Amino acid sequence: MENFTKEWNGFIEGKWCKEINVRDFIQKNYHPYIGDESFLKEPTEKTKRLYGALEEKLREEKEKGGVIGIDTGTVSSLMNYPAAYLKKEDELIVGLQTGAPLVRSVNPFGGIRMARSACRAYGYELSEKIEREFLYKTTHNDGVFRVYTDSMRAMRHTGILTGLPDAYGRGRIIGDYRRIALYGIDALIEEKQKDKRELGRKRMTEENIRLSEELFKQIDFLGKLKDMAGLYGIDISRPANNAREAVQWLYFGYLAANKEQNGAAMSLGRTGTFIDIYIERDMRNGILDEKGAQELIDQFVMKLRMIRQLRTPEYNELFGGDPMWITEAVGGMGKDGRTLVTKTAFRFLHTLYNLGSAPEPNLTVLWSEKLPEDFKRYCAKVSIETDSIQYENDDIMRPAYGDDYAIACCVSAMRIGKQMQFFGARCNLPKVLLLALNGGKEEKYGMEIGPQMEAVDEGVLDYEAVRKRLDYYLSWLAGEYVDTMNVIHFMHDKYAYEKTQLALHDTDVDRVMAFGMAGISVITDSLSAIKYAKVRPVFDERGIICDFITEGDFPTYGNDDERADEIAKELLDRFITELRKNPTYKNATHTLSVLTITSNVVYGQKTGSTPDGRKAGEPFAPGANPMHNREKNGALASLNSVAKLKYDSCRDGISNTFSIVPDALGKNDEERKNNLVSILDGYFVQNAHHINVNVLDRQKLVDAMENPDLYPNLTIRVSGYAVNFHKLSKQQQKEVISRTFHERV
Amino acid sequence: MKGYVHSLQSMGTVDGPGVRAVLFTEGCPLRCAYCHNPDTWEMKEENLVSAEEIAEKIIRLYPYIKNGGVTFSGGEPCMQSEFLYEVAVLLKDKNLHIALDTSGCILDESTKKLLTVTDMVLLDIKMTSEEDYKKYIGGSFGKTIKFLAYLEKEGIETWIRHVVVPGINDTEEDIKKLRKLISDYTCITKKELLPFRTLCLEKYENMGIDFPLKGTPQTDKEKLNKLQKIIQ
Repeated sequence: MENFTKEWNGFIEGKWCKEINVRDFIQKNYHPYIGDESFLKEPTEKTKRLYGALEEKLREEKEKGGVIGIDTGTVSSLMNYPAAYLKKEDELIVGLQTGAPLVRSVNPFGGIRMARSACRAYGYELSEKIEREFLYKTTHNDGVFRVYTDSMRAMRHTGILTGLPDAYGRGRIIGDYRRIALYGIDALIEEKQKDKRELGRKRMTEENIRLSEELFKQIDFLGKLKDMAGLYGIDISRPANNAREAVQWLYFGYLAANKEQNGAAMSLGRTGTFIDIYIERDMRNGILDEKGAQELIDQFVMKLRMIRQLRTPEYNELFGGDPMWITEAVGGMGKDGRTLVTKTAFRFLHTLYNLGSAPEPNLTVLWSEKLPEDFKRYCAKVSIETDSIQYENDDIMRPAYGDDYAIACCVSAMRIGKQMQFFGARCNLPKVLLLALNGGKEEKYGMEIGPQMEAVDEGVLDYEAVRKRLDYYLSWLAGEYVDTMNVIHFMHDKYAYEKTQLALHDTDVDRVMAFGMAGISVITDSLSAIKYAKVRPVFDERGIICDFITEGDFPTYGNDDERADEIAKELLDRFITELRKNPTYKNATHTLSVLTITSNVVYGQKTGSTPDGRKAGEPFAPGANPMHNREKNGALASLNSVAKLKYDSCRDGISNTFSIVPDALGKNDEERKNNLVSILDGYFVQNAHHINVNVLDRQKLVDAMENPDLYPNLTIRVSGYAVNFHKLSKQQQKEVISRTFHERV
Repeated sequence: MKGYVHSLQSMGTVDGPGVRAVLFTEGCPLRCAYCHNPDTWEMKEENLVSAEEIAEKIIRLYPYIKNGGVTFSGGEPCMQSEFLYEVAVLLKDKNLHIALDTSGCILDESTKKLLTVTDMVLLDIKMTSEEDYKKYIGGSFGKTIKFLAYLEKEGIETWIRHVVVPGINDTEEDIKKLRKLISDYTCITKKELLPFRTLCLEKYENMGIDFPLKGTPQTDKEKLNKLQKIIQ
C-alpha cells in the first residue's frame, strides 16, 4: 500500500500503514479521556442556523403526515441524484440522500410491490418509468417467493414468523466507513483488486465464482462512491487530511450505503474514537478548537438525523416510529485495559443538548465496570435528562468480539469490517406453545401447520407432557426457521447484494445468522402456570383451544424467582441448541436474540389467549422484559431476572427496557445520577447484556398522547432503539404507557 | 428464626443513602392517622419467612446496593428486633450499610442489640407533644425522645424524618418546635420533611377500613420546601 506521507503526517505508524487495519490505527494513535464534561461547548451560530433550517423541514414533514415527499421517478442509487443541500453556506458536512432534504427515495430492489404500496400509503404513485424498468427485473422479494414452501408461507401468514426481511433490505450490515477516511477510495479499490486476482488463482468453484462476481460489484461501487463525492466537488480518492475531511469521507460512505440499500437497520459503527484522533491532530496543528470540534460532530449528527427510508404501514407496525438504527457505539474498554472513551464520546452525547434530544443516531454506550467514573456519571445524566441512550455490556461482548466491534441495529455486536449478519427477524414462541397444545392446528385461522397430532385433552395440563410436546415443536420450528432464512439470504445476495457496505469489509468476511424470538415472558409465565398452578384448556367449536382456566398462584418471570427464571433460561438454551442442528446458508454461525422492536404489539394481536392469563390479542412484553405489572418485588429483582438469561445462548442480544419515574431514582439530580450508575454497574456486573433507560412519569406520556403538539421532541427508548413518541401509532403508545414504571415505594 | 415480612422491595432510593433494598416487616403498635401502610399493621401467619431466606434475597441484590445498603422498615421493625438482628448478622460479611426506619417506640434489650449492628437510624418523630402523639399516633411521645437520647449516647448516625400533614403539624410554629426539640443532638446529620400523600386511600378501601384523614389534602410542595428551609 502507498505510504500517504502527507495525509498521515503526525500519526504514529504501525501495521495499519501496510494493510487495512483501522483498529491498529486507533490503538496506536488515540488518547483516552478520563475527565468530566466541563470542556464541552455550546453549538456555534452556524450550527444553530443550520439546525433552524432542519427544524423547519422536520415540522413540514410532520405536517405532511410523516413523509415530506417521495421521488417516485428515480430508482435510488449512488449516482442518481444531483448534489443537494439543506443550507449550503452553513453546511460543514455535505451530502443528501435525494435531490432535496428529507425527500424519500424509492428502492425497489427488495421488492417492487413494497415500493408501490409504500408510495400509495402516502398518496403517491410509483412512476411509470420505474414500473417499466422493474417489469423485467427480478427483485429479492420475487426470488424468495419463487422458492418459499407452503409451510414457510403458512408460518409467515399466521405470524409464527414475522418481520422477515423478504421484501425490504435486510440491513444490519455495518460498513467500516472509517476506512474511506484513513485510506481513501483508490487504496481500497486496489486492495479489492488484489483480492480478486488472488481468488483467480484458485479453482473456480461455485463459491469462488460467486465471490469473484461480488468483488467485481464491490469494486464497481467503490468507484461509484468516489463519483458520488465528486458530484459535491469533493475528491475522496486519497485519505482525509483533517478532521472535517475525515467526517466527510466516512459520511459519504454511510450516505452511499443508504442510497443503495433500504436496510432494516443501517448502523454507523464506532466512529467516535477514530474521529477523535483527527480532531486531536488538528488541535495540535492549531487549526481546530473545541468549538470547532463540537461543531463538526453537531453537523455530522444533523446529517445522520436526516437519513430516511420509505416504508409501508405494515412495516411501521413492526418497527414503529420510522427508525433507521443509525447506531453509534460510544465508549467501551480496550483489550489493553485503556478506556476507549475520548472527548469525542462526550461530544456525541452532547449533541442531545446542542440539537435537542432525538432518537437518531441510536447512541449506544458500551458499559464496563471499568469505564471512567466521570463518563459513567455523564451518561447517567444524559439518560435522566433525555431518555435517548441505551447501554450494552462491553465486559461480555469484548471477549467475544474484541475491542473494535459495533452494534448493528439494537443489540447485535459484530467486529467492524470483519463480520456481517444475516438478519432473521423473529419467531413467536407463545404461538408455538399453542400450536403444540393444539397438535399442529394454528389457533387463529385453524390452519394445519407442522407435525400433526392429537390436541391435549380437557383435563389439567401436565407440565412434563406439555414440555415434551413443546420441545418436539421447537425442534420442528428450528428446522423450518433456518430453512426460511437460508432462502431469504440466498436471494438477498443474489438480487440485492450490499455492494457498497461489503466493499468496506474484508473480502473474507465472517457471517452470523441471527434468529430471534418474541414472547419470552409470556411463554415462561405460561409454562410456570402449568407447572405450579392448575391450568385447564377451553376448546371452541373447531376443537381448538380458545382460552385457559388457571387456578392457583404461580411464580412469574421478573421477580428474581428461580422457579420462573429457570424456565426462561432453559428455553433459550434449548432453542439455540435446536437451531444449531440445522445447516445455514454460507455456513453462517447461528445466533439468537430476545428482541421485539415494537412488534410485541403485533405479535400479541396475532396470538390467542395463553395459560399465563394473557387474553387473545393482548400485547406481549417487549424483548426480554417481564410482563407488565407482574413484577412484584421492585426494579432490581426485575433486572436480576433478565440478567439470568445467558448471553452465550443469545449472542445476538437480550433487550430490556427499563422505565422508572424520576422520584424513584432519588431525591435530587446528584443522587439520581449516582443511583443510576449503581444500578447499571450492578446489572452489568452480573453479565446482563442490554438496557434501555427511561426516566419519566407515566403521566407525561399520557399527556403527550393527548397533546402531541406540546411534546414534539419527546423521545423515549422502546426496545433497542429510541423513538419520537408522537411517531408511534396510538396502539403502540398505549402499550408503552401500560408498561411497568418502577415507582417509589 | 422466622419473622413476619410484608415484602422486600428490591429498589429503594429514598429510605437512606444510595440504592437500597427495603425490607418491610409486619406488625405495628401505633396507629398513625396518616399511616400509608395499613397493610403492614398485622402480623400474618402466612407471611412468616426465615432470616436466611431474606438474607439470601438481599444478597442477590448486592451488586446494586453495595454502595447503598439495606433499610429495615415496616410496620414497626423494632417489634421484630431479634429477627432483624439475625438478618443483619447474616449480611455481615457483605459489609452492607444497614439502616433502621423506626418510630422509636420500642427500646427493649433486643432493639438495643439490633442497634449494635445498625449503621443509621431513620427516626420518625411524628408529633411534638405528648397530647398530639396520643391523639394522632396512639402512642407515647416520651418513648421516641428516649430512643433519640439512646442514639445520641451510642453515637448512631440519625436522619430525622417527619411527615407534614396539612391541618395537623404543618404550621411554621410546628416545625420550629420540632427544630428546637432536636437541635441538641449531634447524632442527627439530616432532617427530612416528607409530604403527606393520599396514595394510600386505595389500600384502605381494599382493606375495608376507614381512613381517618379522609378529605385531608396532600401537602403542598412549595409549602414543604419552605418548611424544609426552616428545619435546616
